[in-house]
Amino acid sequence: MRWIWIDKFVEFESGRRAVSVKNVSLAEEHLHDNFPGFPMMPECLMIEAMAQTAGILVGEARNFQEKVVLAKISKAVFFDYVVPGDTLRLEAQMQTIAAEAASTAGRITRGDQLIAEIDLMFSHVDQNLAGKKFPEENFVFTGLFTSLLRDVALNHARPQPQKTESGG
Amino acid sequence: MAMSRDEIFQKVQEVLVDALGVDDDEVTADATLMGDLGAESIDFLDIVFRLEKAFGMKVPREELFPVEGLLNSADLVSNGKLTEKGLAELKVRVPHTDLREFEKNPDINKLADLFTVNAIVNYVATRLNAA
Repeated sequence: MRWIWIDKFVEFESGRRAVSVKNVSLAEEHLHDNFPGFPMMPECLMIEAMAQTAGILVGEARNFQEKVVLAKISKAVFFDYVVPGDTLRLEAQMQTIAAEAASTAGRITRGDQLIAEIDLMFSHVDQNLAGKKFPEENFVFTGLFTSLLRDVALNHARPQPQKTESGG
Repeated sequence: MAMSRDEIFQKVQEVLVDALGVDDDEVTADATLMGDLGAESIDFLDIVFRLEKAFGMKVPREELFPVEGLLNSADLVSNGKLTEKGLAELKVRVPHTDLREFEKNPDINKLADLFTVNAIVNYVATRLNAA
């Protein structure tokens, strides 16, 4: 993964589902052009955010050994504009994962409101049908993204707070 | 649970409408997946995944779309056509496909035309009856 477009994961169930958060900020330069006087998050970047969320879910399911590449946008339906200041919650569910590919179903919400439904397919490119060879190093999962998992990783590792008895 | 051919066709039709973003009236029995419905390679996996869900069975990709492995062998392909050996191999691999037209001129570019909606329905029907 060469660039990061989501802020962090808040839930992660290996091979099943992942939930990430994306905060939309007016500090993002493209919002000044899209559109002048009416900044709104481009829909294609919502797809990117879901692709990263779901792509890491797919990658983690195979221990980041596969090169996971977005292969198909099976569905992308948008229900509302997203504007600076919004916090998006991206939930990706694994539908199927096989040797060659995986499919995911995703929902983007803002609070209680449904913003988008985005279903994707990912290819494990080393298993491609054409038998094409790719570089050996995993250029998809470079380690750049591991900070995204800090919270969910911490949730596993963090010890439960101890109850302390206080003498009366 | 026995399913009639019509019921199977309807479910296959639904799968293809969802996987390929086509209208249901485009998904006729004779429509070819690539030529008529615009399927690309990743769509075949998508179709396999959706068929598995719709019919609750495992679908090995090479059973449904078994042609990929044929094309890389000099034995089986010569001058852009399947050899007799290739044709024999194809018959074994696609028992649910009607090859009569194709046999007259086994041009590998026409292999794509073999993948019809009907071929999928036949495959599913065979699998369900065997179960």
